[in-house]
Amino acid sequence: MSEVDQSRIRNFCIVAHIDHGKSTLADRIIEKTGLLTSREMQAQVLDNMDLERERGITIKAQTVRIIYTAKDGKEYILNLIDTPGHVDFNYEVSRSLAACEGAILVVDASQGIEAQTLANVYMALEHDLEVFPVINKIDLPSAHPDEVKEEIEDVIGLEAQDAPLVSAKNGIGIEEVLEAIVEKVPAPAGDPDGALQALIFDSIYDSYKGVIVFCRLKNGRIKKGTRVRMMATGAEAEVVEVGYFAPGQFIPCEELTAGLVGYFTASIKNVKDTRVGDTVTDAERPCAEPLPGYKKVQSMVYCGIYPADAAHYSDLRDALEKLQLNDASLKYEPETSIALGFGFRCGFLGLLHLDVIQERLEREYDLDLVTTAPGVIYKVFKTNGECIELTNPSNLPDPSEIEHMEEPIVNAEIMVSTEFIGPIMQLCQERRGRYLSTEYIETTRALLKYELPLNEIIYDFFDALKSRSRGYASFDYELKGYEPSKLVKLDILINHEQVDALSFIVHADGAYDRGRKMCEKLVNEIPRHLFEIPIQASVGGKIIARTTVRAMRKDVLAKCYGGDISRKKKLLEKQKEGKKRMRQVGSVEIPQSAFMSVLKLDNDD
Amino acid sequence: MTDTDIMLYIHIPFCVRKCSYCDFLSQPAGKDIQENYVDVLCRQMEETKDKAVGLPVSSIFFGGGTPSLLTGMQIGKILEVIRANYTLTEDCEISMEMNPGTVNPADLELYKKAGINRVSLGLQSMQPEELKMLGRIHTAQKFLESYEMVKKAGFTNVNVDLMMGLPGQSWEALGDTIEKIVAIAPEHISLYSLILEEGTKLYKEYADSDTLLTEEEDRALYHKACELLQKAGYEQYEISNFARPGFSCRHNEGYWRRRPYLSFGIGAASFFEEQRWNNTSVLKDYLRGDFTPQDHEALTEQDAMEEFMFLGLRTLKGICEDEFTRCFEEDFREVYGEAVDRLLAEGLVQERERSGSCWLSCTKEGLDLNNYVCGAFLLD
Repeated sequence: MSEVDQSRIRNFCIVAHIDHGKSTLADRIIEKTGLLTSREMQAQVLDNMDLERERGITIKAQTVRIIYTAKDGKEYILNLIDTPGHVDFNYEVSRSLAACEGAILVVDASQGIEAQTLANVYMALEHDLEVFPVINKIDLPSAHPDEVKEEIEDVIGLEAQDAPLVSAKNGIGIEEVLEAIVEKVPAPAGDPDGALQALIFDSIYDSYKGVIVFCRLKNGRIKKGTRVRMMATGAEAEVVEVGYFAPGQFIPCEELTAGLVGYFTASIKNVKDTRVGDTVTDAERPCAEPLPGYKKVQSMVYCGIYPADAAHYSDLRDALEKLQLNDASLKYEPETSIALGFGFRCGFLGLLHLDVIQERLEREYDLDLVTTAPGVIYKVFKTNGECIELTNPSNLPDPSEIEHMEEPIVNAEIMVSTEFIGPIMQLCQERRGRYLSTEYIETTRALLKYELPLNEIIYDFFDALKSRSRGYASFDYELKGYEPSKLVKLDILINHEQVDALSFIVHADGAYDRGRKMCEKLVNEIPRHLFEIPIQASVGGKIIARTTVRAMRKDVLAKCYGGDISRKKKLLEKQKEGKKRMRQVGSVEIPQSAFMSVLKLDNDD
Repeated sequence: MTDTDIMLYIHIPFCVRKCSYCDFLSQPAGKDIQENYVDVLCRQMEETKDKAVGLPVSSIFFGGGTPSLLTGMQIGKILEVIRANYTLTEDCEISMEMNPGTVNPADLELYKKAGINRVSLGLQSMQPEELKMLGRIHTAQKFLESYEMVKKAGFTNVNVDLMMGLPGQSWEALGDTIEKIVAIAPEHISLYSLILEEGTKLYKEYADSDTLLTEEEDRALYHKACELLQKAGYEQYEISNFARPGFSCRHNEGYWRRRPYLSFGIGAASFFEEQRWNNTSVLKDYLRGDFTPQDHEALTEQDAMEEFMFLGLRTLKGICEDEFTRCFEEDFREVYGEAVDRLLAEGLVQERERSGSCWLSCTKEGLDLNNYVCGAFLLD
């Protein structure tokens, strides 16, 4: 390609509340501009992972270049950066936003504004993006686009009267969206002849090419042979290939110039050298200052991940290493548990992130895992003045050494139909929430603001919220900070032996309830043995709950005749196989399902 | 019996109606299908005869389904074909399962004439409400009539099948059933603890019911029942089987002692020359004459050792350690010493001297945990 006309570039992303149709709209835009025929289109082109397609969510930000001939007869380069919608992946969103000049705000014509709509808009505005709304799903019978337009103007203050009315599903209004992009998103500024200054917004690892760095050029140009320097890490390398993104593939090109979004490879072996948010410059003609980067990602949730079969420890380590290459927000370090053996303490952005990583490990790497209860990072202030950040409950110092503890608190916004305000407020109360305010969006909807301890929302808050609002509540949060709290460690003893992998930190007031539920759950998970097994919950050495697994009294087949023999053999083998996969704690064999079952304590009963 | 004896099993997959607990291959079928089936059975027996050359047959078993749905003529024809193609020992035990309400004096006489010398009657219970729950087609009265008919026809070796551990079953009910059966004094009684098999009608109705017996309740009933039968002169020789002296079922003993058997009819399992296989379980295919072995499995020495243990340990007599050493030419203690010691310590097995050999068997507790015990004998 010859010199790109910078005034014909539009870098934009699409932001929306989850489920409002972001990925579908992206698909239609790609289809409309003729990149792929509809026959070639797989639903949700940009969601590459099986997992993304299945769950209908976007996890990794994806980028694609589109050529569009506008009504003014001119050809434009549109760089679309698809972003994740879930609150856990806000981090990915903010990275993508920094690479754009504009954002399409997709709002569902029947649902209207939701908590994440607001969060995403504010984030886009913080990045100085030009945001314009699009009303989607206008084909639904429940659509009320005019009211939604008013809502957008009233609540967010965005001009919405001429917002394109779209049905991404049915391909209605896509042309208008494309025109609006050309018209409303500003062309990138920046000097193609200045010193190279490019922002790394993502990177992935390819076993042939090494690290593939995704970047947005602010100034200057980059091509094969350019000697680049990453300003934060200081790593230098010679560019082997530059190019841009087509759906599902990389298209090499001659050079990338200011304003463009693309990638380069430089035989970089280590993803750590290309930190997301870092600035790339030309080693021979460096720019004066790095671009403002991003906030470093904070792991919010921690849990232990262990191979179900201890022999697969190194497979798990390799898998985590590879996953981290494509997901820098995943943290892990080795740890040992008496009950579970060798494994890793892993840090995640949130519970969905944990879920996604766990599923990817199981599916893409064919691993069978045992996960311990997720927890947050607690600050433990010791009497000797030391402060430790606790990610594994087993490492809690002796109570006598603890001066006080602090736990993370989030600011939560819950958008809910007014009829469900009662039940939702009650839920927040149960989760130790501190009420801040209620704002009425319209007569039927309100935005509740609460301060909530993070450890109260990482388990099943989403589920509880959905069930108590019949699916009509949406939720967003951000970390506020740490506050002192009366926290205790709850231990579980099985046959009088403490099982470290089942310990967790809980607020003192909830310890009894939680302990009881765990004992009740575990009693159904631990198979009967030849002897009776007490299951006890204890806090500071004091037993607060107990259940008992009765001794096994019957394990026999009534019949074993000609046709039953092969079946009996299979049954015995299955029992033996099951036993092999159990964890031995003292004289008790604990199945992996027991460790998992305590993750799902239903708080409604 | 000699070391070369084999056994034959003939599966009759027809029923008047399926019982609510049954997950066997059985179904109601018309007369012409039954006739057709008998022909195909005979053909399979003819085609298989070469395997059994020089091997005397010491036991034949007609199982089902309900074999007594076949007429005396049909059973006669099958046994004729067997005699024409196989060598039967003089004392060959020929058993046939019958359901109360499906027998009549005329056919019984023909069965007897054809060579049937042992009858197994599926009763399950003498309690009307239990029979109803199980979906049986007969009443307690009907059973007594059928039993009378069987005795009158001259059968001197009769088994009655009973079932225990039904949802909500009390000892009064089970004890009453056993007492009533002991009173008519059959030679053999089988007492099966109910297994709720997934997919059965009973499973659907009771799987989540709180009337299901707990392990403790089930075992209490079982122990009382064993005691009662023992007192009445029935010796327990296997987990679910009781017999007056000299009347244990030769066919079933054969299964637990790994005697080879050839089987005919749909879904029937064979064990021959250390191989196991099944006939097709699709009636349509079988009727077309498809006798291809399914799920064929060639047993390794290790498989054979495991089977030796887990089958033998179902019997009260247990397994003979010296026989194991002799059969496999490996020292029993060498292979299983560790497992035996552990189970001895747990009180689940015992070692006893019997005519100069050491026998290993389950204790009373070990019988209740038979799967656990047998699991210990699976080799890595």
